[in-house]
Amino acid sequence: MTTFLGMPTTAPRGVGNLRGDESFPAAAHKALGNAQLRRNLGHATATIRAKSGAVIDELPDWQELRTAGSALKADTMARLPELLLQLEENVTAAGGVVHWALDANEANRIVAELVRATGEDRVIKVKSMATQEIGLNEALEAAGIEPVETDLAELIVQLGHDKPSHILVPAIHRNRAEIREIFLREMPGVDPALTDEPVILAGAARRYLRETFLNTKVAVSGANFAVAETGTLAVLESEGNGRMCLTLPETLITVMGVEKLVPTWQDLEVFLQLLPRASTGERMNPYTSMWTGVTPGDGPQNFHLVLLDNGRSAVLADEVGREALHCIRCSACLNVCPVYERTGGHAYGSVYPGPIGAVLSPQLTGVEDNASLPYASSLCGACFDACPVKIDIPSILVHLRNEVPHPRTEKALMRAAAYTMDHPKLYEAAQHAAKLSKLAGRRLPPPLSGWTASRDLPEPPAETFRDWWAKR
Amino acid sequence: MRIALFVTCLADTMFPAAAKATVLLLERLGHEVVFPEGQTCCGQMHINTGYQKDALPLVRRHVKTFAPYDVVVAPSGSCVGSVRHQHAMVARSAGDEGLAARAEDVASRTYELSELLVDVLGVEDVGAYYPHRVTYHPTCHSLRMIRVGDKPQRLLRQVRGLELVELEAADQCCGFGGTFALKNADTSTAMLADKMRHVLDTKAEICAAGDSSCLMHIGGGLSRLDAGVRTVHLAEILAATEADS
Repeated sequence: MTTFLGMPTTAPRGVGNLRGDESFPAAAHKALGNAQLRRNLGHATATIRAKSGAVIDELPDWQELRTAGSALKADTMARLPELLLQLEENVTAAGGVVHWALDANEANRIVAELVRATGEDRVIKVKSMATQEIGLNEALEAAGIEPVETDLAELIVQLGHDKPSHILVPAIHRNRAEIREIFLREMPGVDPALTDEPVILAGAARRYLRETFLNTKVAVSGANFAVAETGTLAVLESEGNGRMCLTLPETLITVMGVEKLVPTWQDLEVFLQLLPRASTGERMNPYTSMWTGVTPGDGPQNFHLVLLDNGRSAVLADEVGREALHCIRCSACLNVCPVYERTGGHAYGSVYPGPIGAVLSPQLTGVEDNASLPYASSLCGACFDACPVKIDIPSILVHLRNEVPHPRTEKALMRAAAYTMDHPKLYEAAQHAAKLSKLAGRRLPPPLSGWTASRDLPEPPAETFRDWWAKR
Repeated sequence: MRIALFVTCLADTMFPAAAKATVLLLERLGHEVVFPEGQTCCGQMHINTGYQKDALPLVRRHVKTFAPYDVVVAPSGSCVGSVRHQHAMVARSAGDEGLAARAEDVASRTYELSELLVDVLGVEDVGAYYPHRVTYHPTCHSLRMIRVGDKPQRLLRQVRGLELVELEAADQCCGFGGTFALKNADTSTAMLADKMRHVLDTKAEICAAGDSSCLMHIGGGLSRLDAGVRTVHLAEILAATEADS
């Protein structure tokens, strides 16, 4: 028997953080003018690249690990429905409660209701891309619940009423002077003598967060992995804040994208090697927390798992694009991307920036809503080489460019160009016209103005190659 | 060996020197070069800009034009990349399995110049003379799409009189990216600025590469700055002899 639940839908408009206010070129133009941002990004990405590259070079079987990771994800996607049901069964058997959320609105409502049922009005949060994606913090605030981010960088972003700009280091666009100002202005009980020394800033955050950890009874997390076979959830983090959130509160609510699944416990062996080396450049992840349902007398006694679709089924339906769901959110592709390195994450308009964002966001929202993102790449291929699960991002970009709505003038120009190229006599005539056009040295109107603003056009040659060849 | 030249539309129209050099170099090495008529453009611009349907006739034309030849060479890593990694995909998306199979067949016999020289013809010293200080931009598609590795540099190291200077962050994109340079002109220019800075840091007279498109971009920027560095295609350096200087 099959149950038809309708065509998969994309992430709804008006909620969450998958869409920007302007196109990538417009947003990038602003970001490129920020010299401080360019310097921060250049320094940070170069540092992570070097660190990650060094620890990857230590592993003789890195390429085999990548292949294994890719194959495991492909297998998971091929039988996602059955594996999700297996996960639900095992989480439920271990004392957890599983909720299914079609989209951001449903997920936000489910979490808000679960928190409200506890009678609490504050939650502590583990850094989570899924909850950023659905705009959970905004939804909780609207429901009268205060969410407190406990990852240091996410806390900086939250206190600054800002948006994350990198998957792994969300406050990469901030420097320590700015962080000091944000803390002084927004952090409850902060020492007014706060300096901008990193150790002092971290100390202020630690004091504030420790108090919050000890006084909050509900936590919200995401998940890096869920094991279908055992019902185990896993969170990987570096600061220990996650461990606090996952063990101290009475109630834990985990929001997880349905693609975070792995079939078996043993599969984690591959991903726990891939993720830290590709992501933070560490050999082993510092804090790896795993839990299976509820353990009486130890840790949260109420555990809820919210399984989030929000456009993922639609991505899964695309044979080429579905590979984007293999992403383990390491951000290696951001750190090697020459576009990201110069524009930063906000230009992408979505919580998922960089190359993976350029293929994931338009698929989650439907390509009409993020039509400029598949073009936010020179197709240099650095992301594909860096990806620990071998997502062929350039090919997905090319695929999505074929799906997005094209501007009318461009469409006409491209059709005319293709027609010309398919008729050698016309093609030769066009070549000679180009020679006579005397465009070299001039500033041209759109769409060529983008070229001549910063680059000279070459002087056309006296004769084309085929003219020369014909005369030989 | 009889070698068919896939000239590429850009070299044919704007940079014939690179194509002529490819011909003269291969002839000097004792090979016969033929120029199959009917060739125009491989369709990469259309494919990469999202116009696969418009590219289909160009793919069909390319495959038909080059099918009769045992060895095909192009002075471009990027166009060879499109032939190898995109043509069959475009045919398959259009439901033409026959064309896809023929495209794969042609692709398996199509080489970028440095690949042809080193892998097929087994030569690294092509007998060139080029008394200049040169830095080499390896181009993204040569590096990461068709993986030529250090073949161009191995060829350049054998050139008499040539001083090869290492380029910092050489493997980073110059910012060209086809229509990316127009659609995201600001970001493209920011990438170009860093590439030019690294080129100028080498104090080289010549910035060389295996793709006329990247050179058009880098050269266009250097020209705008009156930076005094010229861009030259790899083929032109390898074709140069003492008789030229």
